[in-house]
Amino acid sequence: MLGQQLVNGVMLGAVYALIAIGYTLIFGVLGMLHLAHGEVFMVGAFVGLVIATKYSGNVMLALAAAMLATGVLGLLIERVAFRPLRGAHHLAPLATTIGAGIALQETARWYFGPEQQGFPSTIALTLWELGPLRVSSVQVFILAAALLLMGAVHVFLARTRAGRAVRATAEDPVVAGLLGVNVGAVIALVFFVASALAGAAGVLVGLAYNSVHPFIGVQMGVKGLVVMLLGGLGNVPGAMLGGLVLGVLEVLGVAYFASSYRDAFAFGAVMLMLLLRPEGLLGLRLQRRD
Amino acid sequence: MLIQLGINLILALSLYFPLSAGQLSLGQGGFMAIGAYAASWLTASHAWPWPVAFAVAALVAGAVGALVGLPALRVRGIYLVLMTMAFGEIVRVFFLNFAPTGAAQGFRGMPFVTSLPLVAALGVATAVLAARTAGSRMGRAFAAINRDELAAEVLGIDVTRAKLASFTVGAAVAGLAGALWAHYVQFIEPEEFGFARSVAPFTFVVVGGIDTFWGAVAGAALLTLLPEWLRFLKEWRLALYGLAMLAVMIVRPQGLIDHRLLRALRRWRPGHPREVAR
Repeated sequence: MLGQQLVNGVMLGAVYALIAIGYTLIFGVLGMLHLAHGEVFMVGAFVGLVIATKYSGNVMLALAAAMLATGVLGLLIERVAFRPLRGAHHLAPLATTIGAGIALQETARWYFGPEQQGFPSTIALTLWELGPLRVSSVQVFILAAALLLMGAVHVFLARTRAGRAVRATAEDPVVAGLLGVNVGAVIALVFFVASALAGAAGVLVGLAYNSVHPFIGVQMGVKGLVVMLLGGLGNVPGAMLGGLVLGVLEVLGVAYFASSYRDAFAFGAVMLMLLLRPEGLLGLRLQRRD
Repeated sequence: MLIQLGINLILALSLYFPLSAGQLSLGQGGFMAIGAYAASWLTASHAWPWPVAFAVAALVAGAVGALVGLPALRVRGIYLVLMTMAFGEIVRVFFLNFAPTGAAQGFRGMPFVTSLPLVAALGVATAVLAARTAGSRMGRAFAAINRDELAAEVLGIDVTRAKLASFTVGAAVAGLAGALWAHYVQFIEPEEFGFARSVAPFTFVVVGGIDTFWGAVAGAALLTLLPEWLRFLKEWRLALYGLAMLAVMIVRPQGLIDHRLLRALRRWRPGHPREVAR
């Protein structure tokens, strides 16, 4: 029972982590919150749904298409909702991204209708029995895809030239610019990567819970913020760990308490974290970015 | 329609108070829920007269605001935003499980009290309070903290007291807005006080302009009436509402109304010779 819950929790947590990595990358380079990130996730889920339905349940294709589409959407959001406001009051991008989020939600509702829709049964569902644990092939796929993407992000940030430019910009955009980093391009790149990860998470959640609707992004977006905070703002490994912690915490909470308290665990954890350790699980120091 | 506008105006002002001292709260939906449930419980289950119930609701919301504001003083900027957001969600989950007020089924049975004159009177009273505060000693302390907290402290301003006061007043005003709302729709449920409800006053204030309380007034008016004006667009109307918000912020990142505009309006008198441009 406990082992089974842990498996479910890790799967949910991996998806949370994908969303939170996007938040934290964007916060890292801009010091701003992107409140339409949950809607990017929602768009990813719908693009995946459309492609999977059209091409007889090809999940890999759906995942790739969703990531590409949301990546481009991320570039568009950066161009429209963030770039014109550089240098403005730090609250202004919150309002523009809320506006963009409403527009995306309503467009999705107009196009797809407000009802829940399911993915076509895609991967042939097999259940493996590992001792007391039951793991389905869909769960394995979700976990593998999420871990692979997280690994790719880690390699990108740690080993590539572009990744180094991202880290330099996060450290200090002005100095990075003086040293020859094209800060504008780095920010655009970060938005592409962050949004593509959210899009992938959208497809994975669609597969896991088999329900996609225009408003799934709202709660997911808020959870992503929680995870980012648990891990420490701007901290990518922290976001991965925070996602797993929250996923396991929620699943265990639902299993051993009541499901109606589910969200209380996430937000209770945030309040405690802010009071006791505001720098996050893996944060070394409090970044001052007022 | 106008009643909604009045409630939104009070809600926008509830965010303006803490924001004028540099504290952004995305938990106003939570305070609104506390006010709404407290007032409804008193009028529906205990048959209290509504003026007493409203006053108690505002006081309870303010007291909870003080309790939240005390630890929240330790965090600032983005951390405060996230903490208040978490608070709002916790309040929602609490009422989702709280049986005496109907839990997930919602709560009904309160009388219809919120007439247009009442909303207008309370809206004007709140706006006057905001205007009087802005010019008062406390209001100038808020502004100083907003500009530079350290400098304000060095100047001898009791930063802790001022921040706590702004947060508490904001929470009480949000509670009042909640009480009005509950006695207008006569049915409340926890889901309507979620994150979206907390975000609404924030968009009012930012679109209207965070410099002065006039911004909160203008933002609440514009963003409440805009969906009505866009009604001819049918199902596209909310999508365009989002895009309009985006467009306003791109053109005027400081919000619709700032100090410069107010000064220009004050100088402008019909019939007077135009001031020589500097």
